[in-house]
Amino acid sequence: MADEALFLLLHNEMVAGLYRAAEQGEGENGRCTTKLESMGFRVGQGLIERFTKDTARFKDELDIMKFVCKDFWTTVFKKQIDNLRTNHQGIYVLQDNKFRLLTQMSAGKQYLEHAPKYLAFTCGLIRGGLSNLGIKSIVTAEVSSMPACK
Amino acid sequence: SEPVSFVLPPQNYPLYIRSIPTENELKFHYTVHTSLDVVDEKISAMGKALVDQRELYLGLLYPTEDYKVYGYVTNSKVKFVMVVDSSNTALRDNEIRSMFRKLHNSYTDIMCNPFYNPGDRIQSRAFDNMVNSMMMQVC
Repeated sequence: MADEALFLLLHNEMVAGLYRAAEQGEGENGRCTTKLESMGFRVGQGLIERFTKDTARFKDELDIMKFVCKDFWTTVFKKQIDNLRTNHQGIYVLQDNKFRLLTQMSAGKQYLEHAPKYLAFTCGLIRGGLSNLGIKSIVTAEVSSMPACK
Repeated sequence: SEPVSFVLPPQNYPLYIRSIPTENELKFHYTVHTSLDVVDEKISAMGKALVDQRELYLGLLYPTEDYKVYGYVTNSKVKFVMVVDSSNTALRDNEIRSMFRKLHNSYTDIMCNPFYNPGDRIQSRAFDNMVNSMMMQVC
């Protein structure tokens, strides 16, 4: 779908552009991930406001996480989260076996060390969305083999 | 009739207040603050599944002798409060509901405005116009 490619290409350019600017002068590498995450945060806030405008009130935290895994993920990435696990004490693991932003990169271990850069924005997206729903969170991502990630 | 609209974020300070006539704003602050307690009560009642209400509209919060206060809470915990004159009996429930929907829609647009920082006071002409025309219809 044409619109999917739009976001994908824009996102990749965003990551590349930020790192290019970092090399040429201001800031070290670590700041780029923070910038990407903050961008994702603000976008997540706006998006979640739009997406929850017409939905019913959420019952509890689990309800919200299911919403993120199904509706939110589908609207942004055109697919649902493949697996959601929780310890019922505040930790949730979302597993996406074919993360859209990584599928174009590789199907294994190549480029693995670059994967975190491409996950930062999405981490911020989730954190921003949750924050506006009243949940303070820390969102991290890990990739062991592309394009799956948690 | 003096309808008043308030928009409040989770931290309970007002992001937006509009009253007609505008000089009366201050006296409504107290009314709205009291009504916030009622809002919190209703929300926590839903959380404990005492009330199975999945709607965002909360309805009449409480009537004082002069005013009726209505509430609406979004999923993002932003509260909209409207105060109308008790003597305004012509105003029906579904009209209030649709006014809240308009507020919610405009608020969503504000959130998506890149120049708006979540938590700031709302200073948007589009929002002002929407609120003004909405309240004019009630007067």
